[in-house]
Amino acid sequence: MTTIPTAVGTSLDRRGVAGTVPATPAGRRPRRAPGPSRWAAVGFAAPLLVYLALFYAYPLWRNIDLSVHDYTIRAFVQGNAEFVGLEKYVEVFGSATFPTALWNTAVFTIVSIVLQYSIGLALAVFFRSSFRLSAVLRGMFLVPWLLPLIVSASTWAWMLNSDNGIVNSVLAASGVGQINWLTSPDTALLAVTIANIWLGIPFNLVILYSGLQNIPGDVYEAASLDGAGAWKQFWSITFPLLRPVSAITLLLGLIYTLKVVDVIWVMTTGGPGTSSTTLAVWSYREAFGTGQPDFSPAAAVGNVLILIALVFGFLYLQLQRRQEES
Amino acid sequence: MHHTKRRNAHLRLTAGVATVAVAGLLGACSSGSDAGTGSGDAAGGTYTWWDPYPQHDTSSEWAARVQACGEEAGVTIERTAYDTTALTNQALLAAQEGTSPDVILLDNPAVSTLADTGMLTTVDELGLDTSAIDENLLAAGVVDGDAYGIPIGANTLSLYYNADILAEAGVDPASITDWDSLTAALQAVTDAGHKGITFAGIGTEEGSFQFLPWFWGAGADLRDLDSPEAVAALELWKSWLDAGYAPQSVINNSQNTTWEEFLTGDFAFVENGTWQVNAAAEAEFETGIVQLPGRDGGVAPAPTGGEFIVAPVQTDDGRYEATRQIVECMTTPEGFVETATTFAYYIPPTTEGQEALLEEQPGLEPWVEAVRNAKGRTSDDLGTDYPMISEALWTAVQNALSGAQSPEEALANAQAEAEAATS
Repeated sequence: MTTIPTAVGTSLDRRGVAGTVPATPAGRRPRRAPGPSRWAAVGFAAPLLVYLALFYAYPLWRNIDLSVHDYTIRAFVQGNAEFVGLEKYVEVFGSATFPTALWNTAVFTIVSIVLQYSIGLALAVFFRSSFRLSAVLRGMFLVPWLLPLIVSASTWAWMLNSDNGIVNSVLAASGVGQINWLTSPDTALLAVTIANIWLGIPFNLVILYSGLQNIPGDVYEAASLDGAGAWKQFWSITFPLLRPVSAITLLLGLIYTLKVVDVIWVMTTGGPGTSSTTLAVWSYREAFGTGQPDFSPAAAVGNVLILIALVFGFLYLQLQRRQEES
Repeated sequence: MHHTKRRNAHLRLTAGVATVAVAGLLGACSSGSDAGTGSGDAAGGTYTWWDPYPQHDTSSEWAARVQACGEEAGVTIERTAYDTTALTNQALLAAQEGTSPDVILLDNPAVSTLADTGMLTTVDELGLDTSAIDENLLAAGVVDGDAYGIPIGANTLSLYYNADILAEAGVDPASITDWDSLTAALQAVTDAGHKGITFAGIGTEEGSFQFLPWFWGAGADLRDLDSPEAVAALELWKSWLDAGYAPQSVINNSQNTTWEEFLTGDFAFVENGTWQVNAAAEAEFETGIVQLPGRDGGVAPAPTGGEFIVAPVQTDDGRYEATRQIVECMTTPEGFVETATTFAYYIPPTTEGQEALLEEQPGLEPWVEAVRNAKGRTSDDLGTDYPMISEALWTAVQNALSGAQSPEEALANAQAEAEAATS
């Protein structure tokens, strides 16, 4: 399930490759036939290039190919799909599901990563001061990461059940009426977002915690000598020094969250109706969720997602470059 | 239809189109070597067999039975089991690569979809006799007058009840003959402090499968999703939710979940299938079934579930002879009864088979009755249009039950969507 990250990975990796190959001395003698060392360089790069072509470039190209042809099931088997250009994209953008899915994707992604990041950061700072059992506790926070997604998603679905769920019975005990978490169009998206936040906290905790380890302790010492309190230390030292790590955490979180299908599918199948359908869930449903696989619109939606992820990937590179320059 | 594994199957396929892309890649690689499974000697040799029963492993009776049929035809059978949804996708990919297996046991609504791709042989091409098969069951595999497979058994839906609860509430199951009497029974059991009914309204094919008996029982037609009859059926479900006869959670319930809810002993009724007959007998309370009632009485046509045995097209047509023998071995009256008992329970698709089964298991009489009244989802010449209509239908059910739209509104949208998708 790596359509999107691979796409971004590709663009990053390609930059890497493009950056190393012309750096060989051969670049200075462009007209001469490649010497043995040049061939050796190509030879060493070849496995990587073949790998990239087979596992990144080809699937990506195939996905685009699927989206510009009309792949009905018959055409899929017989291999004679009609070329329709951007018709499938027009269909996707004109669909009643599109605005809902786009909005849901935005809400789901933004709310998820903001809360995952804040909670993850708070916990990382909390665990920075080692105390008794801090390692054990920190380990326990990783549990959501270790559980198979189907287990955690099913458990959440079970806890949020309208009639027998533990969440509702706790709420009932404190006087709140029944909330139809997963079966009401008003709360379904919220419910899957809550589950997804819980799932994403360990990832943020681990990365941010390791980022904190790189901030030298004497900076804090100096700050406390100057009379800076914990709050001041956080905003003036921890947060600014953690910025590069934060940026990559948020970018990875964004990409992971954009492509979430499993959690939502297990909990609500994108329903009721389309009220918790994100772009990724929509793409999955078109391709595999019905008895009639519609690969072309599914691929079109998938490509839209890749584009969104790419935009943020470039934004990140831009930010990084500016940071390096300053 | 073994819905048991469906949800997991979706997950196994993982995210989005990546799978399609990678599978396409494999296809491109292997199409160069045109060997496929079609190679090897026609006589003797190995025949490939796919079925959707991963719960029966190689040491199971079912696997032994498949082998026995192979031996009878003088070949070895290599059996692979997939989850229901995965099986359809695998079959499509294999057809694209030219590596189709010799025999597939395929969920019946998928038959017309696969037949439409030209990847399946007709029963005539294979030289099979289908005259004994019940027409309502065979219909699911008929496209443009040609049958593309033989049902190896059929199951369908009925209304299981908890006899203890009905006795306590003073409801006589025999009195449930139409929607009004059923709703009255639900009210009686709810008044007696129990829960009424549970069913699966999940946003997948299962949701449509469970809604169809009410839809058809009202006299509605799948080509006309927003007819007053269709609205009446959806309003019936909605009214049960509103009155508290059915729990809110039906909107996300799969058929398995509803059965687990029923087994808690809280619910008076559950809409469920033939495959739960054994589980019902083992329940901690006494159970029984009544036929799903039509709106104004009579038995509502429930959709048929169950697999068809189909033979994909092979490049080497010398293979068909042994394939035909394997299929025939699976579809004799004794074969049907054996399949029926292995799968607890599959009702044989022929009168002869049904009689033979009833001799062994007289208790299955109401189920035989239900299967005779049942109707294929892809029947009425819906064929490959059915999946699109079904998606529109379950979406409408979801929207109406969750309160996002009124039943009329939801079904009007569904009709518009279905028309756009099938035109």
